Amino acid sequence: MSEQDQHSQQNENREATKTKESQRMSRRKFLTRSGYAVGGVVLGGLLGYLIPKEETKPATPPAPQQQQKNYNEALMFFTQEQYAITQAAVERIFPADDNGPGAKDLGVAFFIDHQLAGDWGFNARDYMQPPFYVGEKTQGYQGRINRREIFYIGLRELQNYSQKKYKKDFPALSPEEQDAVLTAFQNDEVNLTTISASGFFNLLRSSTLEGVYSDPLYGGNKNMQGWAMRDYPGNQMTYTNIIEKDYTVVPPQSLRDHL
Amino acid sequence: MAKKLPKTDVVIIGVGWAGGIIASELTKQGLSVVGLERGKERVTEDYYMAHDELRYALRYELMQDLSKETITFRGNEKIRALPMRQYGSFLLGEGVGGAGVHWNGQTYRFLPYDFEIRSMTEERYGKDKIPPGMMIQDWGITYDKLEPYFDKFEKMAGISGEVNPLAGKRSNEYPTPPMLHTPSMKMFVEAAKKLNLHPYTVPSANLSESYTNPDGISRAACQYCGYCERFGCEYGAKADPVVTVIPVAKKTGKFEIRTHSYVRRILHSGGKATGVMYTDMTTGEEIEQPADIVVSTGYVFNNTRLMLLSKIGKPYDPATGKGVIGKNYAYQVIKGNAVGFFDDQKFNLYAGAGSLGVCVDDYNGDNFDHSDLKFIHGGNIAHTFTGQRPIQNNPVPEDSPRWGKEFKANSLKYANSVLTIGSQGSSMPFRHHYLDLDPTYKDAFGDPLIRITFDFEEQDRELARYLSDRCGDIMKEMGTDRILKMKELGPYEITTYQSTHNTGGVIMGASPDTSAVNNYMQMWDMENLFVIGASAFPHNSGYNPTGTVGALAYRAAEGIVQYSKKGGLLV
Ligand SMILES: Cc1cc2nc3c(=O)[nH]c(=O)nc-3n(C[C@H](O)[C@H](O)[C@H](O)COP(=O)(O)OP(=O)(O)OC[C@H]3O[C@@H](n4cnc5c(N)ncnc54)[C@H](O)[C@@H]3O)c2cc1C
Ligand code: SF4
Repeated sequence: MSEQDQHSQQNENREATKTKESQRMSRRKFLTRSGYAVGGVVLGGLLGYLIPKEETKPATPPAPQQQQKNYNEALMFFTQEQYAITQAAVERIFPADDNGPGAKDLGVAFFIDHQLAGDWGFNARDYMQPPFYVGEKTQGYQGRINRREIFYIGLRELQNYSQKKYKKDFPALSPEEQDAVLTAFQNDEVNLTTISASGFFNLLRSSTLEGVYSDPLYGGNKNMQGWAMRDYPGNQMTYTNIIEKDYTVVPPQSLRDHL
Repeated sequence: MAKKLPKTDVVIIGVGWAGGIIASELTKQGLSVVGLERGKERVTEDYYMAHDELRYALRYELMQDLSKETITFRGNEKIRALPMRQYGSFLLGEGVGGAGVHWNGQTYRFLPYDFEIRSMTEERYGKDKIPPGMMIQDWGITYDKLEPYFDKFEKMAGISGEVNPLAGKRSNEYPTPPMLHTPSMKMFVEAAKKLNLHPYTVPSANLSESYTNPDGISRAACQYCGYCERFGCEYGAKADPVVTVIPVAKKTGKFEIRTHSYVRRILHSGGKATGVMYTDMTTGEEIEQPADIVVSTGYVFNNTRLMLLSKIGKPYDPATGKGVIGKNYAYQVIKGNAVGFFDDQKFNLYAGAGSLGVCVDDYNGDNFDHSDLKFIHGGNIAHTFTGQRPIQNNPVPEDSPRWGKEFKANSLKYANSVLTIGSQGSSMPFRHHYLDLDPTYKDAFGDPLIRITFDFEEQDRELARYLSDRCGDIMKEMGTDRILKMKELGPYEITTYQSTHNTGGVIMGASPDTSAVNNYMQMWDMENLFVIGASAFPHNSGYNPTGTVGALAYRAAEGIVQYSKKGGLLV
């Protein structure tokens, strides 16, 4: 271990204890210490609604001793077949390796399922009025099809292409074959009539990263393991104590820890 | 028939930074003000669960709902404009506070050069320096004249900063000291000094320490939480109209904000505005609000759109170059940058604040000699430290794949080891860049959307390349292992985020022939109508715009008060 590594290791340990402390530290203390009260005036409505909660229960609920069933791990939109294809595909985009779990174990397919079930799947906040014309690349997405339908068609086409090429379903292919199929989609080597193959691939890729790294509340980033792989601390109340410092690892907290 | 309400002294269209400043200044002077805001009410407590990258940064929780209204875009007049169906290039504000809720807070003053850009360019380089079609013009006001208003905005917001050695003269120092420096910011400062540049700390609307402003508003210090741009601040540490000017206006008892109120027309007769017509989004009812003075503060696009929809002012015609409404749409050249990959060094990239950073202005404005360069103006070059959230920040070296095993390994390896130096290139207006009403696409009410006709020009390509190289010089001096630089600017596209620094459309100037408003933001053609925002900029500088928007709003407020007493054109 180099000197630099040792240094950051020590920092890591020190910071770990410090953060545990600050988790226990009441919000009242935090707000006072950080100068939240200005000249004796308590600011905003913040204190009013923060403090009672804080004093009646600990910031982090005690971890259950046994692995409990997670009732959020069920399907809102996908069929089981679509779920299986998605799971196989996202695992190729972000595979398990020495660094840690892949998209499959991080719950990314559940994440995508849950997202498609809601307003994002329906493009509820996008402009979806006609007329629809094919535009320049610089003008962005101009399709009339929403994300649910893109996934619906895209997953079926992954299956069709796998059958045509390898006589097998996508999830049953070897990892190398799966990569070859995804690459064909990425490079628009597959000709689809209703959607763009690369458009579907890009959506799959971006939602994979969302599922790996969004707050675990959405069903991906299971147990904050996505964050842990890159030392991302999730969300903390303050970084004033480390902002001037060299690299410091802070154990992650999720939004659940702030409820 | 629309329901008609009792008359008010002043009605404001949109309650963001510009609207909030107008509300506070006018109500302090005793005027009764109604603020109509199409979005919802907002409070600091909304943000306690806001450290959520997916919800706020990727699903645009705080931004305008595009299903109701968007813009259309085309690169030039030969192609069909199509709607921006999803967000990309810029993000529009909606709700009380406007985009001032989810901005970064980097708060600059434009340069003395900006306000007299045509005269000063011609004086130093001759008339030929300005290529045909480039529509730069003086702003009808000088920096020195605007200085007190910059000062006022900075004191209200509590801007944390240190004096920029290459900017216009200041009457006062910043009200609060500069933000803390990270190790990488120190590296930038050292490198810049070695290159004989003039580094300084980015002026920040995220407070470096707790502060009470001249209105008696107290706010707490920034916690460097890393969830700033695209998020609201749970501490009120980020200056935002909701925690600064709006409460001041409310306290007077003279300010009424009506949310969910979409203004659709400015009403006028006999050359004077008589009020506005808006739709109450909760009932669908059309309502008329009469007023003595109308103030449009709905951001660049809606300021321009409302003039065109209400048939106020002469629409700009790119064929003749005549007319003013929609003229001089400009943007920002933001892609010139340098990304440094450090193989053995890690940084606390998860932390940061929206306006935490260090920068130089040696290549901004006319601070350097352009004689041998194929562009005018320049841009601010900065290393900012805003919090690299994990969904949106997965930089990998150029030769790395974009997915799969190798991508994962590289993105994890560099997650805390990549620093960026970016530039904010200025954007000059061109004759064929403008805003008008789209002939095809409509908003939720059936009114035409605003149409953008804009692309990057040779000026922009040269500028981006130049700035990218200068970013690279500094990055190299910072001792990185490899540098990824922008190579070609490419065409302007609506799909990737660049900046919400759109400008022009209802520009200011010294004459009604070339501008829509005077230097009090008063319409030349309609003396009781004031149009405030970056819509007034005749070009965009190499900085973020809001410091200058704020200064213009304070000046306009002074003008409106004066007008309410005496009437008439103020200039
Ligand atoms: C992500 C992001 C980061 C930014 N960072 C910076 C930065 O660091 N520094 C900087 O200087 N600037 C920054 N900006 C830009 C800054 O936010 C804007 O310059 C500033 O908010 C403009 O203020 P405004 O009052 O003109 O408009 P806005 O803040 O957009 O407010 C306009 C308001 O009018 C309302 N409105 C519009 N039309 C109507 C209508 N017809 N009827 C009723 N209401 C209407 C809108 O809902 C909105 O609330 C950033 C912007 C974004 C989006
Ligand atoms: S970085 Fe600072 S100003 Fe920005 S949201 Fe966090 S605490 Fe507020």
